[in-house]
Amino acid sequence: MRRTVFPHKLLPWLLLAPQLAITLVFFYWPAAQAFRQSVMKEDPFGLSSAFVGLANFRKVLSDPNYLNAVQVTAVFSLLVAVSALGIALFLAVKAETIIRGKGFYRTLLIWPYAVAPAVAGMLWLFMFNPSFGTLAWPLRQLGIDWNPLLQGGDAMALVVAAATWKQISYNVLFFIAGLQAIPRSLLEASAIDGASRRHAFWTIVFPLLAPTTFFLLVVNTVYALFDTFGIIHAVTGGGPGKSTETLVYKVYNDGFVNLIMGDSAAQSVILMVIVIALTAFQFRFIERRVHYA
Amino acid sequence: MAAGRLARTMAHFWMILGALIVAFPIYYVFIASTHSVQTILRPPLPLLPGPEAAANYGEAFSGGVARIGGVSVWRLLGNTTLIALGIAIGKIVISMASAYAIVFFRFPLRMACFWLIFVTLMLPVEVRIQPTYKVMVDLGLIDTYGGLILPLIASATATLLFRQFFMTIPDELLEAARVDGAGPWRFFKDILWPLSLTNVAAIFVIQFIYGWTQYLWPLLVTNSNEMNTIVIALRKMISFADADTPWNLVMVTSVLAILPPILVVVLMQRWFVKGLVETEK
Repeated sequence: MRRTVFPHKLLPWLLLAPQLAITLVFFYWPAAQAFRQSVMKEDPFGLSSAFVGLANFRKVLSDPNYLNAVQVTAVFSLLVAVSALGIALFLAVKAETIIRGKGFYRTLLIWPYAVAPAVAGMLWLFMFNPSFGTLAWPLRQLGIDWNPLLQGGDAMALVVAAATWKQISYNVLFFIAGLQAIPRSLLEASAIDGASRRHAFWTIVFPLLAPTTFFLLVVNTVYALFDTFGIIHAVTGGGPGKSTETLVYKVYNDGFVNLIMGDSAAQSVILMVIVIALTAFQFRFIERRVHYA
Repeated sequence: MAAGRLARTMAHFWMILGALIVAFPIYYVFIASTHSVQTILRPPLPLLPGPEAAANYGEAFSGGVARIGGVSVWRLLGNTTLIALGIAIGKIVISMASAYAIVFFRFPLRMACFWLIFVTLMLPVEVRIQPTYKVMVDLGLIDTYGGLILPLIASATATLLFRQFFMTIPDELLEAARVDGAGPWRFFKDILWPLSLTNVAAIFVIQFIYGWTQYLWPLLVTNSNEMNTIVIALRKMISFADADTPWNLVMVTSVLAILPPILVVVLMQRWFVKGLVETEK
């Protein structure tokens, strides 16, 4: 606790005012509106609305399209998080083995972080589009019927690849930082005991890296849930046939394109609960880590 | 790790392979931007730059992009730069101000204000799309720079980072400054700001990228082409159904959309890595 402070009473409020004003107007007010709308039913012209309790939630949760979006989101997030973490961990471990040129590789690996998700999606679509994609071409030559614009599975593979590609940079940087924090003496001791490098990795490095991995798992899940909207919107538009329609894309589509307010608000509230759960999980976990450190 | 020569060589092999795969999509679009439409449409694309670079970039900058998207590439780059700088600088200013208030003053509801800011972490745009849009309409902020920038400059992460950093400033420093008669502004300007520069640079890089890569928000609050960011404009240019899409210009626009943030990340790599790994932890 700080002992010395400035005695002013009004100044701190003036300093806080801009942040608080923006927070209240653009965050709290709309969030409260989302909650309100989620228990109301509006007539199609928006002239009157009536309280309907949890009817919107019941409707949303029994809608096959919504359940499809839940499933698509689960598959998409799982694939993105697992591949982005796996590839990044592999590269970070290899980078740590290297003595010279580490910085050079790192520079090449961080580029995708700077690419907008929507642009990342478009880059992958350029390479893999069925009409002139350079990398779709060999697939077709091999007799594979590759068409992400018409086939759901192919579309999913494409958006997962683009989303994973973009997230590798971030994960590599954190894994490298995590690996550097592991005491060398532990690894040397295990080498003296004759443990193989593979054995040392699974019994020493991987467990000690668990805090980083858990942290990244949460961050990657949040990323896959929310930040990939641009990829879906730019590459597939949720299609073909809703095969890549994620929860966030559906909220956008229902509330903004199809204008179904009550449903969209109920979906927003469900998403809010997911974010709150993930953030709480992340902070609880970080608290614990600080405690042990 | 005590690694042998063979293990190190293998590690280099994997790193080169990984770096190639990671960098390839960016290299690919750069190569494509130097070829004619005919070459682009006839796969596979050559792996080396083609002869059309000057022609493609010249055409894009002298009105080629305006013919497809209705707005010049200069305007798109200008809009995006303005938004990215506005968000980065705006975030730094308001989060430094609020962190300063929370750490160096005592006033009622101080911690309540802190929590109020902190909880915004849990309210990303995606969970309140429709009502936020309505607020923008009511305030007349659709199709304005204010509308594109203001709602995005409230940042719990930047406030948290500055608060954390300010708390490490020793009490003695503030005491000494106050004995010398320095008020809040003098203390900030002469002591705190110079000490914060590395943190400011780190947050600037992260937030510039954040601003440049925005997608959902500009999509919601802009209708007119004039207000498009380059990312949104690029999305509007692409159509696989349309046989007349000038893919060479699309590729040039893609390169222009990804080059500025890549330069910022690569040139400010030290602060970028610090900002990323330290702010998020």
